[in-house]
Amino acid sequence: MNGFNVKFGYRDNFLDNLQPVDILYNTRVSTDGCRATINALGLKHKELNDLLRETVQSGGKELVINNVFGQRYIGTRLYLPSEDNKLHIEVNKFPGNDLGAFLNGHRVIVHGNAQDGVGNTMDSGEIIVHGRAGDVTAMSMRGGKIFIRDNVGYRTAIHMKEYRDKVPVLVVGGTAQDFLGEYMAGGIVLLLGLNLQESEPHRANYIGTGMHGGVIYLRGCLAEHQLGKEVGVLPLDDQDKAKIDCYVREYCNHFGGNPEEILNGSFQKLIPVSLRPYGQIYAY
Amino acid sequence: MYDYLLPEFLVERREDSCIRCRVCERQCANNVHLYDTELDRFFLSEKDCVGCQRCVELCPTGALYVHPRLADYRPNSSWTRDKMQNLKKQAATGGVVLTGSGNDKPYRVYWDHLLLNASQVTNPSIDPLREPMEMQTFLGRKPDTLKIEFSEGKAKLASEMCPNVPVQIPLVFSAMSLGAISYPAFKSLAMAAKETGVLFNTGEGGLPVEMRDEYADCAIVQCASGRFGVDLDYLNSARIIEIKIGQGAKPGIGGHLPGEKVSDYIAQTRMIPRGTDALSPAPQHDIYSIEDLSMLIYALKEATNYTKPVSVKIAAVHNVAAIASGIVRAGADIVAIDGIRGGTGAAPLATRDNVGIPLELALASVDKRLRDEGIRNKCSVMAAGGIRSSADAIKAIALGADGVYIGTAALVAMGCTLCHKCYTGKCNWGICTQNPYLTKRLNPELTSQRLINLLKGWSHEIQEMLGGLGVNAIESLRGNHEHLRGVGLEEWELNVLGVKGAGE
Repeated sequence: MNGFNVKFGYRDNFLDNLQPVDILYNTRVSTDGCRATINALGLKHKELNDLLRETVQSGGKELVINNVFGQRYIGTRLYLPSEDNKLHIEVNKFPGNDLGAFLNGHRVIVHGNAQDGVGNTMDSGEIIVHGRAGDVTAMSMRGGKIFIRDNVGYRTAIHMKEYRDKVPVLVVGGTAQDFLGEYMAGGIVLLLGLNLQESEPHRANYIGTGMHGGVIYLRGCLAEHQLGKEVGVLPLDDQDKAKIDCYVREYCNHFGGNPEEILNGSFQKLIPVSLRPYGQIYAY
Repeated sequence: MYDYLLPEFLVERREDSCIRCRVCERQCANNVHLYDTELDRFFLSEKDCVGCQRCVELCPTGALYVHPRLADYRPNSSWTRDKMQNLKKQAATGGVVLTGSGNDKPYRVYWDHLLLNASQVTNPSIDPLREPMEMQTFLGRKPDTLKIEFSEGKAKLASEMCPNVPVQIPLVFSAMSLGAISYPAFKSLAMAAKETGVLFNTGEGGLPVEMRDEYADCAIVQCASGRFGVDLDYLNSARIIEIKIGQGAKPGIGGHLPGEKVSDYIAQTRMIPRGTDALSPAPQHDIYSIEDLSMLIYALKEATNYTKPVSVKIAAVHNVAAIASGIVRAGADIVAIDGIRGGTGAAPLATRDNVGIPLELALASVDKRLRDEGIRNKCSVMAAGGIRSSADAIKAIALGADGVYIGTAALVAMGCTLCHKCYTGKCNWGICTQNPYLTKRLNPELTSQRLINLLKGWSHEIQEMLGGLGVNAIESLRGNHEHLRGVGLEEWELNVLGVKGAGE
């Protein structure tokens, strides 16, 4: 604060009183070859991410982060363009918002619940959450895979998009809240509904509003009013079945469960009725 | 079906001058001129003329004359011709009336009611031709205090500095995305920015990979609601990252780049399939509050290892001062304010002409609010939207801006004649189109030179005016309302602007 004419204080919630990374590295990190264990208890998000970066620069390839309670942006600052430089990050307890935002090729496994913004604008890599995830999961995701064991929140997979060989995949074991796949422009969402009772519909309303690309596969039932008006429902063809088969098996590899049993459920496929939903609303 | 629309322009051809070279026919993407070889005469489709003056300027014998066709309806101050024409368009299509470029309604242009001071007798004016004049400014967050430590006779800066980006002239090219404008136009902006030591803004259409080595160093890249082309390489290559919340021409709404403009190249840069609509949602769906904005600002800072300033661009709206304060508190290093006269490639006419407030009022109130709260140093303020001349730019700086975004002025320098038909994709000047036949009319080597000339001219003019004020650094003028006086303004306007009336 400058001390002149100040009517309101200014406090930086994130950057005030940070501990230097070299001190943290000496006290918080224990390494065993390329495997490093980090104690995140009480760290601010910048401190933890400084520490992750420092650990990786000192040769860490496998990071185990313990006592994570709400620290944001885990994985975001680890931009390592070369292909053979991909990390394996295990997060114990509960990471904060924007887990793996802009993620670039790393694999993040969370043993606990995740919050909002998992995989925000993620580019490539993998996020596996042994628990639930919050709102705007996989927003604007453009590549890689996200597996969520349980439910996800509102506005999941909003504006997900694909380009050529980059096709993002989101697999959710439970159900989703409203606006699933809104503005979706590409990619694959698989919603398994494993925690729903038989004939209990999925939670989401306005599914795929404004959708103009990509596909949502949905296991379980759904009333027509739950769909956005830009979405059409189709039965599965063989290609769809092969894709679902592959992702369900991958899901079961991560979280357990019997893939045959899951695949026996009834699936439907939601796709956009037009690539240009708003092509006709203008007067030229 | 008849559309019941009157032609907007009258096209006249002086038959005695016309040499039948058919340049007009080839140059017009709207097919206004049609030559019949058998009859040896031109036929006109005046209805399709948008008044872009391309044929007039290229006619080698000056045989063409295009001028607005006056309303042939009964004159009416309330039901003006454009109101009636729009009604007819809508009656025919049931659609939203589109337009391009900036607001053309006669809202008060405050720049024209603000006058600059000059030194007379009591302090000397400075001649910029002979004396140094500092035009460089730095964009980014400044520390509250500067701590300097002395050890062994050497001074060392002890305060922690936030990333700042120097610009040699406080003029920056506005966000115009590749996709909205053509590749040559986009490249011209980049080349001119590099040459003059300023910055250009990529808009939200991404930055082509092959341009990154050469031009990323003078690029402001946008992260907008569509997140087109946003990945870590894009973010890390840039100089500044801008979160686009709103645009002066269309506050509160998103953008639709129609599928037919999404060519292979555009698809590649935006990373979306060819031919699909590129839809930018109205809000960023991960930002519903200042706290959420803070989350994205820090996500971008994390993504770039805290090495780049993060800017937040908003449209000037009613509570802009409070919003700007929130943005600074959320961690933004730069706040860009885009006024109601800001341009666009396409916007609903109703929104462009009726939503938002003038930049001048917004800028003055934001600057005042940030000063009152003691956080003005936490951010740089960029002013955008309808800056037409060096005089507007210098007045914006005196009203409190650190730098000025110029968009429409740059387009005009490239050839644009403000025909407002950017949304049709048929720009005869090759600026706002993806049609290769039209885009090759722009040669980036030549066009960038025009932009460089423009910046050079403005820079000289600003230096002359600064010298006249007795100020020798652009940063000394920033927010100095004492150098401004208002004429023809009401008291509330003077109060909002924070300037005295002329003669006071």
